[in-house]
Amino acid sequence: MLLLLLGIIVLHVVVLVLLFVSTIVSQWIVGNGHSTDLWQNCSTSSSGNVQHCSLSSVNEWLQSVQATMILSVIFSVLSLFLFFCQLFTLTKGGRFYITGIFQILAGLCVMSAAAIYTVRHPEWHSNSEYSYGFAYILAWVAFPLALLSGVIYVILRKRE
Amino acid sequence: MAPGAPWSSPSLVLAVLLFSSLVLSPAQAIVVYTDREVHGAVGSQVTLHCSFWSSEWVSDDISFTWRYQPEGGRDAISIFHYAKGQPYIDEVGAFKERIQWVGDPRWKDGSIVIHNLDYSDNGTFTCDVKNPPDIVGKTSQVTLYVFEKVPTRYGVVLGAVIGGVLGVVLLAVLLFYLVRYCWLRRQAALQRRLSAMEKGKLHKAAKDSSKRGRQTPVLYAMLDHSRSTKAASEKKAKGLGESRKDKK
Repeated sequence: MLLLLLGIIVLHVVVLVLLFVSTIVSQWIVGNGHSTDLWQNCSTSSSGNVQHCSLSSVNEWLQSVQATMILSVIFSVLSLFLFFCQLFTLTKGGRFYITGIFQILAGLCVMSAAAIYTVRHPEWHSNSEYSYGFAYILAWVAFPLALLSGVIYVILRKRE
Repeated sequence: MAPGAPWSSPSLVLAVLLFSSLVLSPAQAIVVYTDREVHGAVGSQVTLHCSFWSSEWVSDDISFTWRYQPEGGRDAISIFHYAKGQPYIDEVGAFKERIQWVGDPRWKDGSIVIHNLDYSDNGTFTCDVKNPPDIVGKTSQVTLYVFEKVPTRYGVVLGAVIGGVLGVVLLAVLLFYLVRYCWLRRQAALQRRLSAMEKGKLHKAAKDSSKRGRQTPVLYAMLDHSRSTKAASEKKAKGLGESRKDKK
């Protein structure tokens, strides 16, 4: 059973790392020489040496995407903390409801952030040709993993 | 230090320095504070705040002056003056009948309000305060930007979303735990009252058994029935719990 516990913790930490990386790294949209993310637009000059980074627009929708990504990270961290709390205080046979609920909330936040970004990103950058970067893909991968982790917590029961 | 000399040279120098710094210090300059830039919407009003710090008390001769320099222009014209307790507002220039004095010298506030903004009001406003005898100081400038619609500052939406969602979730969790705690406490109180009632009934039955012969069988039957139902319910709960554990 220690193996099960370890597996669950590893899954939770993986979700947390995915959320952190996808929030911070600047690779949501990549084009020829441009790369943008939630916080700034960076572009390398043609020689490839100099990089100019400027703040992204002050649009309300971009701010809501930033807010929901930060919220998802906060919920995931809180969920990890609550898991360890409940591990030691829950009665035998009890379920990790609070932990699971917070993890599911984190997954929903990531999903809404990625969805809003997908719909509204043409307003925030001026690249005509672009493709989605790896941080964007990580956000979408984190969503089902977070939901899975949350559901496992809700089903799991505490043994001694 | 020689024992008989009351004034040795290092302490004398120190004393002179201290005396001069306390008595002969020049009046410090007056410092004026305003916002850096102010945003306004066309047709609405905007408040230009001006505050100051002075080393002297606020005198009756205090004077405030507001000057306006249009965007791209070179000259600054005076649009407002306050002296000897009387405000004088612009009555002939571009700000005719649009300025209102809302400051109070006693509160070190020299603010004015400009009504009915227009795009031609873009520019730099300078606040100048003179508080005799404290007259040396730097003025402070505030730049007015007039928009069709005032844009929200960065971070308002961000903070609102994060704060709102976190607040709602934490409130829900707290409420849930509070309700559960109250419910459990009421359950415990009810349980205690039930057991006390049963103990009382037993005691009463033992007392009455000697007096009323015919009613005692009924009382005993009730007691036996209640006790047997309680035991049956306990057995049922225990059985369920075990089956659940077996299923995992």
